[in-house]
Formats: sequence, structure tokens, C-alpha cells
Amino acid sequence: MDLFEYQARDMFEKHGVPVLAGAIATTPEQARAAAEQIGPKSGGVTVVKAQVKTGGRGKAGGVKVTKSPDEAQAAAEAILGMDIKGHTVGTVMIAQGARIAEEYYFSVLLDRANRTYLAMCSKEGGMEIEQLAVERPEALARVAVDPNTGIDAAKAQEIVDAAGFDEGDKAAIADVIQKLWTVYREEDATLVEVNPLVKTEDGQIVALDGKVTLDENAGFRHADHEALEDTAHADPLEAAAKEKDLNYVKLDGSVGIIGNGAGLVMSTLDVVAYAGEEFGGQKPANFLDIGGGASAEVMANGLHIILSDPQVKSVFVNVFGGITSCDAVANGIVGALDALGDEEDRPLVVRLDGNNVEEGRRILQERNHPLVTIEPTMDGAARRAAELASRPAAN
Amino acid sequence: MAIFLNADSKVIVQGMTGSEGMKHTQRMLKSGTDIVGGVNPRKAGTTVDFEGGVSVPVYGTVKEAIEATGANVSVIFVPAQFTKAAAVEAIEAEIPLAVVITEGVAVKDTAEFYNYAKDKGTTRIVGPNCPGLITPGVSNAGIIPADISGTGRIGLVSKSGTLTYQMMYELRDFGFSSAVGIGGDPIIGTTHIDCLEAFQNDPDTDAIVMIGEIGGDAEERAAAYIKEHVTKPVVGYVAGFTAPEGKTMGHAGAIVSGSSGTAQAKKEALEAAGVKVGKTPSETADLMREIMKDLAK
Repeated sequence: MDLFEYQARDMFEKHGVPVLAGAIATTPEQARAAAEQIGPKSGGVTVVKAQVKTGGRGKAGGVKVTKSPDEAQAAAEAILGMDIKGHTVGTVMIAQGARIAEEYYFSVLLDRANRTYLAMCSKEGGMEIEQLAVERPEALARVAVDPNTGIDAAKAQEIVDAAGFDEGDKAAIADVIQKLWTVYREEDATLVEVNPLVKTEDGQIVALDGKVTLDENAGFRHADHEALEDTAHADPLEAAAKEKDLNYVKLDGSVGIIGNGAGLVMSTLDVVAYAGEEFGGQKPANFLDIGGGASAEVMANGLHIILSDPQVKSVFVNVFGGITSCDAVANGIVGALDALGDEEDRPLVVRLDGNNVEEGRRILQERNHPLVTIEPTMDGAARRAAELASRPAAN
Repeated sequence: MAIFLNADSKVIVQGMTGSEGMKHTQRMLKSGTDIVGGVNPRKAGTTVDFEGGVSVPVYGTVKEAIEATGANVSVIFVPAQFTKAAAVEAIEAEIPLAVVITEGVAVKDTAEFYNYAKDKGTTRIVGPNCPGLITPGVSNAGIIPADISGTGRIGLVSKSGTLTYQMMYELRDFGFSSAVGIGGDPIIGTTHIDCLEAFQNDPDTDAIVMIGEIGGDAEERAAAYIKEHVTKPVVGYVAGFTAPEGKTMGHAGAIVSGSSGTAQAKKEALEAAGVKVGKTPSETADLMREIMKDLAK
């Protein structure tokens, strides 16, 4: 889960990372009130920043320096509702202004390849780090961090040495780096990035921006993380699926997909997209993994979610029963269709293999539902589902 | 022979007395696995009876289980919150192979126990969030159904459980030396490369199927390894061509971020290393079938 900048800022503050005062606003009036509060800390200057989970907001006009509450209100008016790379701005942060002497970069993240953590640090912050890494790789220090020892004083020293900071700045920067490591470790983050980390004219080291990604698997240690979720922007179907503990991702095609196991479902999406090329470019409408050992109820819940998507024209149920039993899947299909009754007219293509497949197929054949077609292979079923989705609606 | 798991494998189950542990211990026993014990400090000294008249003793710690039985494999079924502690216990006891089935393990926990195992150098970790591994007809450490395919001379390594089953099913006419589900988490103990190396060195394996998916660059690194070190034929499959950027597809590690981790990049890297890559699991199986027929000539 990615956090908004203001959430990262609050998390930094909680762990003692120096940040500037900031408050959020969802209306221009709120922005004005926030500027009235915060402005006096920095000679009336505040920065109004779009809160979006994507980069490049500065270039898009999503960050404005303002000198009065009037200006802050006007800036918020302009920024709220703005579209930045497909993200609509619903919230702005009004931050205290800063007199910046130098801009640095620091991040710590998961290093999948080496199965450790990686700290990256540069004296040249502010710009896109991908660009810096390509254009001046020597300016970006990369230091491996052992997960079991972390960033202690010695490791922080190694990082500031590698980045080549001036001797006089090293101690203060190393101290902030250790605090950022505390955020990473204590909050179960997989990314903590500060760009820019700045030195102000009066010599303070401050995190001026923050990007934090949290590990959702660590939720059991962090009851407070759930509240950080951006429910306002969640797709309603994704939210409904989440309520039912279903792993669902909305896509923009017309073939609803339901299967077991993340790999098989991803593969099913691909196979449907290939097959769909022949039928006017039919594409998968969603990703839905019912997981291992799913019951009839889970299967039925999944089908209900998929059929609540008006874009869906046909459904492909693709199950290879390892732990999941095919008879449970078949019972789930029959149960869901019976519950929907005559209102449902979209066809289902079902491919079952593996655990208890004969019983699963027998249940479906016996019920002989007019909307259900059984196909013996995954590729054949994908073709059939794509073809059915390409047909004009019956009514 | 086969890889990692063979007739000499003596298996203990951490979390055997839980519902998942019981169910899968029964299945492992049924497929011929030599299960020598379970571990649960609160039930030490008791035994658990399974169908078929097998009675499995429960030990208080992994160390005690090893001392009493000579166990050399542990399969871990404990809930995600306790997985790190279970894995650390297995590593401390220097069990040669620990198979972590549990899904939803916090990545920090995995990073910590994996690096502990790496520093200690006495335990191979498979997983977490994986179906485990099977050497058909010989031993089964995890949840891969034993009845999908029998023994043969194809080696299989896959990030995904159900695609492992699918591919074993597609190629059941040839059978497998070993199949290893390495798991779909961002950090895993045994990688594609570890399995490729083991299959390359395994006299019972003639050809290898490698199944990957979006996220990270493990497949790209595996491709580089194949180019340098693998002389046996390799067929590949990559899932997730249609996955959008920034959305996690079920597995915690299956996410495309920017231009990195895409299925297309992985396919290209594999093809550049001489690996034939199928568009669908069935097509991939057909490519392997051709290779096996050629090898038989």
C-alpha cells in the first residue's frame, strides 16, 4: 500500500524525522484556514501540494508556492480536481515554506534480487531519481543493508561517506537516515523515500517530501495501518470484493475471469486476451483469485462480484483443483446462478480439472443450466468465452 | 536422484497439529512421504494417528525431532504471524531443507529469516507462499497433489502453485523428476536459478520447464544463468502479459512497476538465452513434448 505524502509526513514525524508543519485540505476554504495557521511560521509563505500517488506533480502544476492565505486558497482552487497522470486530486497539503540551501536524496527499499535491503543516497536530490541513476550513476550511492542488523550508526556513516557529503553535514544527515530506517523497520515498509531531503539555510536537515510503501502482509502488527487506506478512490467492485476477502482487480475488458491461484488466473487473463484478438479484441474484465481450498460459498461470492460488473459480457471460470475441490466450485456456480434466477442472461464457460473433477462436471451436467458451457481445455474455454463476449446482447 | 527431495528424505511438519497441517500431513503420507514427526511444544510427547494406521510422534522442538528421528526436511504450516519464529527454529537446528508453505508472511520476516539461513549456511529455504516440492513416487514436501503426474525425466520450477499443477497435468504423459514451487513473494529462499542449477546437475533430469510471472527480475537473471550454465533444453512460460502497471496480481511479488517486471521483458530475455517460450501453458507443454520426443530418438 502506497501512502499519500501527508500520511508519510505524519509517519515521519511520529518517528522523530524532522519535517515541516503541514495540514491537509479538501476545499479551498480549508486551505485558506490552514495557510492562516501555518503561514506565520515561515513569513507567510506556504506551499500548496497536490496529494496524488504518482510522480511528476510539480511539472503538472500541482505544487504552488503562495505568500498569503488568499493565494493559498486560489492555489488550492486550481489544484483540487486537477488530473495528474490519471489521478484526480482530491486533497492538497498546505506546508510551511522552507529556505532551501541544498537538496539531497535518500531511500531505503527492498532489494528483491539480493534478498536484502538497499539504501540509496545522493548529494544531488530534487530531480527524478531514475534519471539521476541513468545519467550520473556515480552520484547515487548504493549501500546494501542487512535485514538483521539494519542501519545502525556505522551503516549510516557508511551511507553518508559513500554519498560524499561535506564532513560538517555528515553527522546530522546520518542521524536523519537512522530515523528514516526506524520508520522502515517499525512500520514494516518496503520503501521509504525522501526526495528532496534538504539542508535549510539555517543548517537544518528536513524531509521535505516522503514516499512510503507499506507491506500489507504485516497488517497483523499494525492495527493503525488500515485507516491509511485510500477508500475514497477504491473501485467499488474492488472494495466489495475486499469485504468478502476476495482477491479482485478490475480491468477494462468484457470477459469476466474467475480462477484459483494467482499464477493460473494471470495466465487465464493472457490466454483470454490472445483468444480475444480473433473476436474483435475481447479482453479480460478482471482478475479474481478465489485462492486455495475455496468453498462453494467463496466461489458463489466471486461470481456475484463479477456479474455485478456491467461491462462483463461473458464469464470464464478456470479452476485446476489442487486443494480446491471441483465439486465445491460446481456447487458454487449452480448456487450463484440459481440465486440470480432469470435476471441473469450472460453466459458462463467453465473449465475444471484436478481434484474431484468428475464430480464437479457431473454436478454441472446434471443441473444443465442454459447459461453454462463446459469446455475440456483452458485454451478452448478461453476461445469460447471470448467468442461469447463478442456476440451482440440477446435482447 | 531428483533434486532436493529423495528417498532418503525424512520429513517433519511444523504446525502438523493445526487443521492445515493435519490435512496435508495426511496427503503427504498417502503419497509415500516418510513423515517422521511433528513439532508443537504444547503437544510434545503425544502422537497423532493418521489414516492407514500411521502414528506420528510430536516433538517439542525441531532440534528434538532431529535428534530423535534424523529428520532432514521440515515443512512449515504455521500461521503467518508465527512463521518467522518457526523458520528461525528450523534454521537454528540446522535442518538441511525447510519448506515454508504459509502465505501472507510479512516480507520483513522473510528477509530476516532468509538472511539468517544464508549467514548460517546450513539450511536451504523453499518459499514462503509456495506449494512446496515433489519428487513423484518418492517424496512430497508440501501441498502439490501427488496424483497429477507420475515420475519422469522433466524438471519443473515455478513461482505459481496452480500453474505447477496445470503444467504437471499437461505433461503427465512424460512425468517429472522433481517439481519445485518456489513461491510468488518478493523474497523467496530458493530461486529459479537454484533449481536450474540443481536440475542441470541431476542425472535423472533431461529437460526443464521454467514458469515465471510478472514482478522483479528473477526471470531475467535466470535467463542469463541459462545462457552461461545450462546445457539441458529449457522451455519457459511467463504469466501476466495483460497485468496493468501498479496493481498487485494476487502474489505479493507480482506487480509491474514502471518498465520493470513486465512479462514481455522476461519473455524476451528468456528467448535471447535460447529458451523456447510458450504463449499459453498448453503451448508450452507442446514445446516440451517436442523436445522430449527429439531426446528419445
